[in-house]
Amino acid sequence: MSTIMSAQGLNLWYSNNQALYDVNMELPKNQITALIGPSGCGKSTFLKTLNRMNDLVEGIRIEGKILYDGQDIYDPQVDTTWLRKEVGMVFQKPNPFPMSVYDNIAYGPKLQGIRSKVRLDEIVEKSLRGAAIWDEVKDRLNKSALGLSGGQQQRLCIARALAVEPKVLLMDEPTSALDPISTSKIEELATELKKDYTIIMVTHNMQQAARISDRTAFFLLGKMIEYGETEQIFSMPKDKRTEDYITGRFG
Amino acid sequence: MKELALRRKVYDRTLKGLMYFCTALTCALLVFLIGYIFYRGAGTISWELLTSQSSYINDTIGILPNILNTLYIIFIAMIIVLPLGVGAAIYLTEYAKNRKVVALIEFATEILTGIPSIIFGLVGMLFFIQFVGLKQGILAGGLTLVMMILPTIVRTTQESLKTVPQSYREGALGLGAGKWHMIRTVVLPNAIDGIVTGCILSIGRIVGESAALLFTAGFGLVLNGFVQSLQSSSATLTVALYVYANERGETSVAFAIATILMILTLIINLAANLTGRKLKRK
Repeated sequence: MSTIMSAQGLNLWYSNNQALYDVNMELPKNQITALIGPSGCGKSTFLKTLNRMNDLVEGIRIEGKILYDGQDIYDPQVDTTWLRKEVGMVFQKPNPFPMSVYDNIAYGPKLQGIRSKVRLDEIVEKSLRGAAIWDEVKDRLNKSALGLSGGQQQRLCIARALAVEPKVLLMDEPTSALDPISTSKIEELATELKKDYTIIMVTHNMQQAARISDRTAFFLLGKMIEYGETEQIFSMPKDKRTEDYITGRFG
Repeated sequence: MKELALRRKVYDRTLKGLMYFCTALTCALLVFLIGYIFYRGAGTISWELLTSQSSYINDTIGILPNILNTLYIIFIAMIIVLPLGVGAAIYLTEYAKNRKVVALIEFATEILTGIPSIIFGLVGMLFFIQFVGLKQGILAGGLTLVMMILPTIVRTTQESLKTVPQSYREGALGLGAGKWHMIRTVVLPNAIDGIVTGCILSIGRIVGESAALLFTAGFGLVLNGFVQSLQSSSATLTVALYVYANERGETSVAFAIATILMILTLIINLAANLTGRKLKRK
């Protein structure tokens, strides 16, 4: 099993508050890795360091390395457009742009300089099929994406992320704003997608982590407490704190 | 007990009556004003008046130059203020890092919107005409108006930029868009309704402005081409109204201009409403 991304000695500060302490983590290719932990434990912060979405935050300071494909993504030479094409992101709340379904999907590819209508048509269909939403939207590609239901919007956002052919997909609590049926669709989709992509997912839902992830990392107060096979983490955690958390003693 | 209920009822009714009276009075005033202006002005409006210029020799009065001057000055002011104001607003909301400086600038723009326009006129005259050396005309007047409406454009644009959800920005950046690309493709299209409404309201202010133009654009009633008008004294409709009413004693012409101005204001407000709504809906 090969590693696609890894964090090495990662420390992160928001102004004077340290949010991550010495995180070391290897993220294996074509697997779903779940990041769990109570609110404010740093799991979302960690996720966002993986495609530098944290860059926008004022007063942020990062030490350590994050390697993607052997390259440190915090190297000043690295182009964030390239990085975010390789490492895509799906957000907590579905955030389709207020444009047509088609334009939403074509947004990324156009950024990559693809102009040909034929090529864009292909990408749009392929991405929507990839996100299992093609059948639901194929007749309304030119209608506003805001008319879709919450679950459809989230799958559209996944399709939008897929359209630039990333290798890694970061998901920040992608189902927390959705109803149970939409949630199970997204989970199914994630399991399907890991054949071609590596997925790293923050979730508050312990069952979700147990159901779909291959590996689980438990964060607490900015530290990564435990990281391993999901089965092991949930059946016989090595750390007392992990056990307390997954058995619901705090959270 | 009963007495209390009665008192409450009377009290309630009296106040309600008072409110009705206030509303009625306000409406009556408005209707009277509009009606009176139409009554005094409508009769004087003629094709002749709208399409000719005044002539002492033939003793005729025409307001075509003033209509054109108003259009010229709208054009000059808007073409300068729009990129300036929208650009500043984009910088302040999307780029500026130092919150304190932004707050200070926002405070300053708010103060600027409250300054009486005659003061802008005075400053415009001292700066553009005496210091820079422009002649009285559309250019000096237009630049003065730019100073006057810049804060409005900046503020309305800022407000509409702020209404664009942060999640749109994140979505675009997450797909690898650069900052300017994100602003151009996601932020601006979603703020356009507010920007357009701000523009139209500013045009309304230009149309209605006179004090700031008295010293800067001048009183000229002669028909000029656009380029010529930039550097020669040119009265807009409102200034012409003042001239005809106060200096020439042509009250009926003044009322005719007032009628035209009122109709223009109405059209501009309707346009602002409509475009605002239309752009929002998509």
